[in-house]
Amino acid sequence: MLDFHGYGPELLRGAIVTTELAFAALALALAIGLLGASAKLSGSRSARGVATFYTTVIRGIPDLVMMMLFYYGGQVLMNQLSDYLYYNHGIDFFVQFDPFMSGVLTIGLIFGAYMTETFRGAFLAVPTGQIEAGRAYGMNRLQVFCRIMFPQMLRHALPGIGNNWQVLLKTTALVSVIGLSDMVRIAEQASKAEHAPFKFFIPVAVMYLSLTAITELAIKCLNRRANAGVVGGI
Amino acid sequence: MPEFLSELLNQNEIFTATTVMHYWGGLTTTVQLVFLSLVIGLLMAVPLAILRTVRNPFVSGPVWLYTYLFRGTPLLIQLYIIYYGIGQIEGIQETFWWDIFRDPFYPALLAFTLNTAAYTTEIIRGALMATPPGEVEAAKAYGMSWALRMRRIILPSAFRRAIQAYSNEVIFMLHASAIASVVTIVDLTGAARDIYSRFYAPFTAFIAVALIYMALTFLIVYAFRRLERHLLKHQSPLNQ
Repeated sequence: MLDFHGYGPELLRGAIVTTELAFAALALALAIGLLGASAKLSGSRSARGVATFYTTVIRGIPDLVMMMLFYYGGQVLMNQLSDYLYYNHGIDFFVQFDPFMSGVLTIGLIFGAYMTETFRGAFLAVPTGQIEAGRAYGMNRLQVFCRIMFPQMLRHALPGIGNNWQVLLKTTALVSVIGLSDMVRIAEQASKAEHAPFKFFIPVAVMYLSLTAITELAIKCLNRRANAGVVGGI
Repeated sequence: MPEFLSELLNQNEIFTATTVMHYWGGLTTTVQLVFLSLVIGLLMAVPLAILRTVRNPFVSGPVWLYTYLFRGTPLLIQLYIIYYGIGQIEGIQETFWWDIFRDPFYPALLAFTLNTAAYTTEIIRGALMATPPGEVEAAKAYGMSWALRMRRIILPSAFRRAIQAYSNEVIFMLHASAIASVVTIVDLTGAARDIYSRFYAPFTAFIAVALIYMALTFLIVYAFRRLERHLLKHQSPLNQ
């Protein structure tokens, strides 16, 4: 039987932290992606410029560097803001910048850039005739978005979202470097203490593999639902 | 370093000659690590990709398993397993391998190489599978042997199709190499961490290094765009 030297429950707790982190970051990334795609497709030049700048910068910087910038830099900024508010306005406000928050923020921002591209492509894949048809029925912009654009866009976006999600899940391992007690960090500490790296890292690797396998199935199911009624070539 | 440059730098609070040299050292380590792992990874990936397209499952199966495992788990875990695991192999400390792998550079190089080889194998495999059957048939009709066909027709055509995806892999590898700093290697990120902890100036330390990474990324993008234009010349419109 597998013997984790008493680290078993902690590893499991770490796995839950990893999952929570991944889902929180995914939610943020999806929100940013939708926003970014709308900005890129909008008529406003400045909105397009900001979105393009954002996606370009994000793709040029390693995830780990950005994570450290947010984690170490975020705390410094927070301290300064807190001091400023206290001395000038007498407001006692302070938030401890923890690794979880920085991790969600960084991963959400990074994958928000990738999601922006995914959503942009998906929105463009919805035929204009359908949007015009919706307008002709007297739907307002919001209705057209909710009833026509969004459901059809989802069909084109899901494969891209699925790919991004697989990469996102693996990126969560980096948050252990800035001190989050996810399963990677616990495995690292345990393997150092017990001098048994294989015993702790291989189960973590298997955990990542099974997480990707499970979510792949879920995405397949979603894909089938989103594609209901579409006549496929193959 | 020239006299006037070091004088200019010494008036600066953080970017003194010492810290700039520290960043420079980090840059060379990063470039060495990424370049070596990419070259060895590519050399490994070509035969692996060919094996992966073989119909016999006993040949393609192991390659599939290798790429599945290395693409499905985080690079950080692979690095940890190799870095901490090598010392645990029984008897290794008596062999000459220990002299090599005691330096964290080589375990990191091994992890990066195996990782990029797995991704590149799948990229090249996709390109190989997309070879138009007519090209292969034409080569067969000319009486080319399997090896000659591979060398003259299939591989060059596949490389052209793979280059775009491969440029993404190169950029991915550059960014992924930042985790080398976790196992005490002083690469670009490692240098930034040192400078951050010495001056407690997170913005200066990390933004500077982010800009260097960004410059490297754009350099790679530019180089690949040139290469693509060169390789895909036959597809470009005539009136250009």
